[in-house]
Amino acid sequence: MQLNFSIPGDDMDLAGIASSTLKKKLQQIGVDNSVIKRTVVALYEAEINMVIHGGGGDITINVTPTEIQCELVDHGPGIADVNLAMQEGYSTATDAIREMGFGAGMGLPNIQRNSDHMEIHTVPGEGTTVKIMIKIG
Amino acid sequence: MSEEYLHSVTLDKDLCKGCTNCISHCPTEAIRVRDGKAMIISNRCIDCGQCIRTCPSHAKKAVSDPLDMLNKYTFKVALPAPSFYAQFKNVPIDTVLTALKKIGFDDVYEVASAAEIASIATAELLEKVKSPRPMISSSCPAVVRLIQVRFPSLIEHVIKIQTPMEIAARIVKNQIYPDKRGLGVFFISPCPAKVTSVRVPLGNEKSEVDGVIAQKDIYPALRKIIKTIDKPEHLSKASSLGIRWGHSDGESEAVNSKKSISVDGIDHVIRVLEQIESEDFHHIEFIEAMACPGGCVGGTLTVENPFIARSRLKRYSMACENRGIKDSDQLTEFDISWTKEIYSHPVLKLSENMSEAIKMMDEIEKIDAELPGLDCGSCGAPTCHSLAEDIVTGKAQKTDCIFILRDEIKKVAGQMAELERRMPQTRNFDKR
Ligand SMILES: Nc1ncnc2c1ncn2[C@@H]1O[C@H](COP(=O)(O)OP(=O)(O)O)[C@@H](O)[C@H]1O
Ligand code: SF4
Ligand SMILES: [Mg+2]
Repeated sequence: MQLNFSIPGDDMDLAGIASSTLKKKLQQIGVDNSVIKRTVVALYEAEINMVIHGGGGDITINVTPTEIQCELVDHGPGIADVNLAMQEGYSTATDAIREMGFGAGMGLPNIQRNSDHMEIHTVPGEGTTVKIMIKIG
Repeated sequence: MSEEYLHSVTLDKDLCKGCTNCISHCPTEAIRVRDGKAMIISNRCIDCGQCIRTCPSHAKKAVSDPLDMLNKYTFKVALPAPSFYAQFKNVPIDTVLTALKKIGFDDVYEVASAAEIASIATAELLEKVKSPRPMISSSCPAVVRLIQVRFPSLIEHVIKIQTPMEIAARIVKNQIYPDKRGLGVFFISPCPAKVTSVRVPLGNEKSEVDGVIAQKDIYPALRKIIKTIDKPEHLSKASSLGIRWGHSDGESEAVNSKKSISVDGIDHVIRVLEQIESEDFHHIEFIEAMACPGGCVGGTLTVENPFIARSRLKRYSMACENRGIKDSDQLTEFDISWTKEIYSHPVLKLSENMSEAIKMMDEIEKIDAELPGLDCGSCGAPTCHSLAEDIVTGKAQKTDCIFILRDEIKKVAGQMAELERRMPQTRNFDKR
């Protein structure tokens, strides 16, 4: 099963659409609730990052009976120091974003914690690709 | 785990015009229109009453127990929900309770009193128990069932405390009238969800409530009696803490957690539950979630306009004292926790076999892409996507979509015109 989403960078209302759509489909195919929960949290964080830091982008999700793979591609500013960005509490979010309740610097660590495998490919000035893999069963 | 559902919400086939208004409002996509009549997919229905609210023909009904059920018992106790007080304009609570005794009940016990106990027990839980946050109130059974069907990962957030209705029934049966023969306990209900939760209990093997009377069924007779009462008995004991449970915000005010929110109306509840699921709300401790707009005063078995009822109930509760109960054990001699776990109702699952389910899902997406995406409801399904699901699960066919049907007809008509042109030209019919 494959799902594709194109999320614009200027519409916070749309951020979250991929994770909530995927949630329903995973329920329908009978994936375990705890796996669904981890997937939703990880994908949601990545989706929010793609919108608030990456200026929007494309999401491709593939589901097989053994795993869920999500790939989020944006053409935003990229991440200069990935190790630093992965640290809990590190955030470059502006005050305006913080006022909206985002930017606690927990997103990337949360993705790490909730997924079985995560990869970040980023080139400053060109964009970021985040890959998340979660095992089923 | 297919639990047989005994729903309160039903359809009156004679009144249903097959208009498809209700199908798009159902939060669990539990309604389809087939052969010109709506039908409720029983194991998806959560008895929220949304279809009752949206049906222009009043064909959706909530079935509660008939008033003459009282005759089966020799000693009857009424348990009025706090929302009931708000149905009457300028009528003191004592008068409402006295009228209940005159109409045929032998005693009354206010559910608002039990709500006080539940408030304090909830506050204690919030302080002591380290379960996943936010904790979600279990007082609205429609919300709990919504969680079972659509948000199973949130089940561990649900507060495992009996509803005020159950606590009240237990106080009456175990503490006030422990040895009474022929005792019957009747909840005066604002909603079908409570009716169902007596038939199919949540968090219990068995409900201690013997019957559920709709507020709107008992209202007319009670109104008449109220007019005749000039010296009401002093029966009301509940304080503001419990009475305000009848309207939105009331429960969270009573629980008194600084980090709480309250949400009412099933669509808003869904939005909040989605956000809890993506861990947006972990800084919040407690969520009061009510399926009805305005809280229980907005229930579909009430009489008064919900907005009037809400402001009225606020006034009534403010006029009451706060009894100052500090300890939940002070009032009950029994444990008010759930005695039975609840589980998810994976009614949306396509197949028991995951590979098979994924294949079906692919097929659904393929068909969905061919449908017009208008979600017009003419096919009898709430959305194009749900029609695609129904097609793949063998419950509908592509030509149920009127646009697909039109294209098919066009195609066939074209083929017929083509055939007509190919008629053997052996005779010229026009120049006979
Ligand atoms: N898609 C992205 N594009 C650019 N920068 C990103 C992206 N995702 C994360 N970052 C950077 O990594 C930092 C940490 O991300 P995260 O842990 O999610 O915290 P937060 O989003 O709260 O700032 C962000 O502040 C941002 O600087
Ligand atoms: S909000 Fe109150 S009246 Fe409405 S369904 Fe829930 S419990 Fe019933
Ligand atoms: Mg983030």
